[in-house]
Amino acid sequence: MNLFWILRTIRLGMKNLLLHKLRSVLNMLGILFGVGSVIAMLAIGEGAKWEAQEMVKRLGPTTIILYSQKPVEVDESTTSTSRMVEYGLTFLDMDRIAETLPAVKVVVPVRKVSKEIWMRGVKYEANLFGTIPRYANVTNAQAVEGRWLASLDFEHSRPVCVLTYEMARQLFPIRSALGETVQFGDAVFTVVGVLERRRGGSSKGKSSADEPMGAYTPLSALRERFGDINIRQTPGSTDISRVEVHEAQIKAREIDDVIAVARNIRTMLEKTHEQGDYSVFVPLEELRLAEATARIWTIVLACVAGISLLVGGIGVMNVMLATVTERTREVGIRRALGATQQHILSQFLVESLVLTLAGGILGVAFGYLLPEVVKFFTDVKARTPLYALFLAPGISLLVGLLSGLYPAWKAAGMDPVEALRHE
Amino acid sequence: MSLAYLRGVCRHYRMGNSVVRALDGIDLDIETGEYWAIQGRSGSGKSTLLNLLGCLDRPTAGTYVLDGVDVSALSDDALSHVRSRSIGFIFQSFNLIPQLTVEENIEVPLFYQGVAPPESRRRARELAARVGLTERLHHRPTELSGGQQQRVAIARALVNDPAIVLADEATGNLDSATENEILAVMDQLHGMGKTIILVTHNAALTRHAEKVMVLADGRIESLRTRAEADAAGEEVP
Ligand SMILES: Nc1ncnc2c1ncn2[C@@H]1O[C@H](COP(=O)(O)OP(=O)(O)O)[C@@H](O)[C@H]1O
Ligand SMILES: [Mg+2]
Repeated sequence: MNLFWILRTIRLGMKNLLLHKLRSVLNMLGILFGVGSVIAMLAIGEGAKWEAQEMVKRLGPTTIILYSQKPVEVDESTTSTSRMVEYGLTFLDMDRIAETLPAVKVVVPVRKVSKEIWMRGVKYEANLFGTIPRYANVTNAQAVEGRWLASLDFEHSRPVCVLTYEMARQLFPIRSALGETVQFGDAVFTVVGVLERRRGGSSKGKSSADEPMGAYTPLSALRERFGDINIRQTPGSTDISRVEVHEAQIKAREIDDVIAVARNIRTMLEKTHEQGDYSVFVPLEELRLAEATARIWTIVLACVAGISLLVGGIGVMNVMLATVTERTREVGIRRALGATQQHILSQFLVESLVLTLAGGILGVAFGYLLPEVVKFFTDVKARTPLYALFLAPGISLLVGLLSGLYPAWKAAGMDPVEALRHE
Repeated sequence: MSLAYLRGVCRHYRMGNSVVRALDGIDLDIETGEYWAIQGRSGSGKSTLLNLLGCLDRPTAGTYVLDGVDVSALSDDALSHVRSRSIGFIFQSFNLIPQLTVEENIEVPLFYQGVAPPESRRRARELAARVGLTERLHHRPTELSGGQQQRVAIARALVNDPAIVLADEATGNLDSATENEILAVMDQLHGMGKTIILVTHNAALTRHAEKVMVLADGRIESLRTRAEADAAGEEVP
């Protein structure tokens, strides 16, 4: 049995399949759906987790982010044009979390002031964030020019700031920003550092560290210059709000602690913030959620794949049994002309493999499109892993082998004389 | 020893608790290059004997030695090998493979010998030319007349250069003109030194053979040379 024999047999198999086009196509469908589901299963299983995995990688697995949120009820009183609203996280909350939860490694509060900057006659909208030195550690902020805020800056409430890469390029496109001054509203800050460009991440888990037009200054300096009351003037109304802490970056000590810490923080805040003026974001929880979603999709598609392949395999076996019966006389002729049992076995097995492989190849295309359809109708993400494209033909060949073996064996075992007498 | 040597060859079929004796004690010596005719009524065991001679079947009792090899003891694979190398079959119903072209049909025996495609194609064309089918190489069997189909079958039977050509009612499905054409091809083959065994129920067709054997109920009823048969005047050509 040599290469040309195999090629001839494959050609013969294709010829015979083309002889019964409809029957072949119908039988390929089962394999097609089965293989397609396998690929879709792997693609969605992979994709559903991927985004969350990337986010966890970016933010760190032990991170918990708290945000202050303007409660809905407060927003209702829009009649008065200038009413002060007070909401959000407080410095007291920060202290409580840091002190009562031993599994918390660090709590970093962030206060935000949104101001306009005028530079060479151009207006820029910018956010000035007041925080503490450890902010750089928890958000992985790295200075590419100059330095990060130092302890002395905090102790003396120095009016210094560190700019994001994007902001530095906007304000100082040619010169270095170091040593320059930037005026936020009425207050002037000296630039001591520029951060490296941040790689863009998903929409989830965004924080002060992802603000392109951002500057970071000691919390003490910010409070001294702007107080704890934010005033936002828009044409026709003045928004006055009092928010102590806009955002808190929290790190748990161990990954295993994260879920428990998040639960404790939620319990704690529920008691002191009945109006629900905050939100808690836990990347690790998102990942667990995504993994659960991926698991469900995997189970569903594995069932679809299994059933399709089983039905497809039975269909192929059925067709091959019919083929073998139809071609009993051909078997007799071939045996009379010198074919061994093995020749006959391989001939029908190859035919079955050709049938399922054709279904498998179409299944790859189907499996590639299926996740796109799922993506279109749901927010499930999909990423087809490369190995899935090789696995699929393998699966279809296996099905072809399993379902073709019995019919081929039956053909090979025929008595030549009986087969020749067959009408 | 002769090319085909049969002693006490039996082929019995067990049907429930009765036994059908399709062949019952056949002794034969067929020499290389001889032209034999096996005649007998339908059901007399002609096809059964031919299938045994062609190694498609094995005797239930007795000895069959083909070309010095005792084939009654060979494995299925070994029998396939013997068929592939030494036997050429021609059937009543032509038995061409419908999905293959004329050329491909002729190539089938070479395919099982592992002959490479260029060589097997060359030989198939050579044989097709010999039976006058060069124009029809790429036609399907269904596009040919009965006589043409049988000529394809003859080409196929000869392509592996067999020691014995076995024809079972080879002209049974053909009109008399075509029958004569086929018989002429047989004569030609005989002239080339092939051993030919022609099975027929029609006594008239035995006139080309050197030896005529008549079977009845699985036994040899008579065995004569051409001259003896003519002298007996049993049939008039
Ligand atoms: N597979 C079989 N099972 C039972 N009986 C059979 C089988 N094959 C042939 N026979 C019997 O053997 C006898 C000889 O058959 P066969 O050789 O085909 O006769 P012929 O070719 O001379 O017409 C017949 O009686 C037939 O019924
Ligand atoms: Mg017969």
